[in-house]
Amino acid sequence: MASIADLTRAVENLLGSAITQSVQSRGELTVVVEAAAISDVLCALRDDAETRFQQLIDLCGVDYLAYGKEDSAKTWHGDRYAVVYHLLSVEHNHRLRVKTFLNDEMPVIASVTGIWPSADWFEREAFDLFGIMFDGHPDLRRILTDYGFIGHPFRKDFPLSGYVEMRYDIEKGRVIYEPITIEPRTLVPRVIREDSFGDRDS
Amino acid sequence: MATEIRNYTMNFGPQHPAAHGVLRLVMEMDGEVVERIDPHIGLLHRATEKLAESKPFNQSIGYMDRLDYVSMMCNEHAYVMAIEKLLGVTVPIRAQYIRVMFDEITRILNHLLWLGAHGLDIGAMTVFLYCFREREDLMDCYEAASGARMHATYYRPGGVYRDLPDTMPQYEPSKFRSKAKLAAINANRQGSMLDFIWAFTERFPGCVDDYETLLTDNRIWKQRTVDIAVVSPEMALSRGFTGAMLRGSGIEWDLRRKQPYEVYDKMEFDIPVGTNGDCYDRYLCRVEEMRQSNRIIRQCVEWLRNNPGPVMVDDAKLIAPRRETMKRDMESLIHHFKLFTEGYCVKQGEVYAAVEAPKGEFGIYLISDGANKPYRLKIRAPGFAHLSALDEMCRGHMLADVVAVIGTQDIVFGEVDR
Repeated sequence: MASIADLTRAVENLLGSAITQSVQSRGELTVVVEAAAISDVLCALRDDAETRFQQLIDLCGVDYLAYGKEDSAKTWHGDRYAVVYHLLSVEHNHRLRVKTFLNDEMPVIASVTGIWPSADWFEREAFDLFGIMFDGHPDLRRILTDYGFIGHPFRKDFPLSGYVEMRYDIEKGRVIYEPITIEPRTLVPRVIREDSFGDRDS
Repeated sequence: MATEIRNYTMNFGPQHPAAHGVLRLVMEMDGEVVERIDPHIGLLHRATEKLAESKPFNQSIGYMDRLDYVSMMCNEHAYVMAIEKLLGVTVPIRAQYIRVMFDEITRILNHLLWLGAHGLDIGAMTVFLYCFREREDLMDCYEAASGARMHATYYRPGGVYRDLPDTMPQYEPSKFRSKAKLAAINANRQGSMLDFIWAFTERFPGCVDDYETLLTDNRIWKQRTVDIAVVSPEMALSRGFTGAMLRGSGIEWDLRRKQPYEVYDKMEFDIPVGTNGDCYDRYLCRVEEMRQSNRIIRQCVEWLRNNPGPVMVDDAKLIAPRRETMKRDMESLIHHFKLFTEGYCVKQGEVYAAVEAPKGEFGIYLISDGANKPYRLKIRAPGFAHLSALDEMCRGHMLADVVAVIGTQDIVFGEVDR
């Protein structure tokens, strides 16, 4: 397995100024790039002899709306959405995470289906769950949610129990949708403790 | 005069025994030849990721079992590994061996179900019954260790829930069973669980030989699998294939060897690789993987017999205290209370942890903002990437081959739909 320092050097040489941020943490390398440059960056990462990321292992959306809300020091002030690409090189045996941020008004990014066909369903999923549009995707339909579903359920402002529930109506003789009757509740509240919380000497 | 040729559209599933769950296919057919397939998935979508984001870390381990519900512990493994990576916890060596052993037991469990179901789909009944006979013994191991036959919740961040039991549960007397019969079925349950597993590994290679006699040189089996859904190495890579789907196409890639986790670097095993990338090669790969898993289990059993030790890290913030100490000691009582009402907070950051699950690379991408719940959890399911290539793999094949392709992809809807 190639060392992370070598990989960092190779990626930084290749991408140069396209990288806005590069983080090494827990043995993993993350590079943040501008959304506009995503196709060029990923294409270069796939084709360059030193990186050779032949596989797009995963692509997912992230909604940073509620990130660190419980702790003012950790609260998120950047763009709301992120698209995260996990790449794997079978040839050099290394992994890379490429992140790009999108703002709230128009979360649109270029599709990478032309670079890796495996992006097809991953992008449909990110569109379905987060409402991120992939420009140039051949068939951007919903994939996981119900036929005729409204909204993007993995956004942080979408309630866990959703908006509608369905049941079979015996009089109408069909399945009907109604507003939910479940009261939203939280069993365990979300808390952020400082990193030293509970240390014996504090 | 040219005859008018019309394609017609056919619906397959979602309730169909060969759909391996709730898969709906809308197929465009030219006679009996498939022109295009549009898989409709999501009928089993439970929003596991969103549910996990609303719960403390430990409470979601059980959800992981229910993703790929035939390789339960491997899913848990990826999840607890992601949490451990964020926490910076090192698991005790004995727990690592137990995890590796159960990962391999899980692999055999998964491949047995796959072999049985795949056989049943394309015309081999007997092998299904044989496979379920062996699965039963391994299910008993799951039950003896964790208390549950399938959804174990056995792996915990910091180790495994408890050490392996010293006794195996026995069959009880019944009026339908003679004393001699009872003694015979309880014969290999007299010792510890490790003895029981050892006895299993002694006879299992013979069982695999039996399956192979039924299938490997079987004319019908070969007609149904050879040269069906050939996947080139390039296509396998660009389509995001992992596991046996990638190895069947001739790429020697196994996370257990290439990016070893736990104690896989100390294990001796071979990685089977196919040459043609068809259904038959993938079948051969998976059968050989069962033999290799058997080898790994034996190495683990030998080590575990000779090396007792802790199976959990000693960290009161992470692990519930023992019942006795909780009743006696104020500090333990507080720890217990905090752990069950709030859980533990995980440092800010993001990690990706992947294991070589029986179906391929099962990965967990975890973002934490420092809270007691994950901020974002993304499950990278191997079956999702495999199923997305169904269209490309089936084009030009006959309708009956679609079933063979679904079988060879080893699809389980728990993980595809999440």
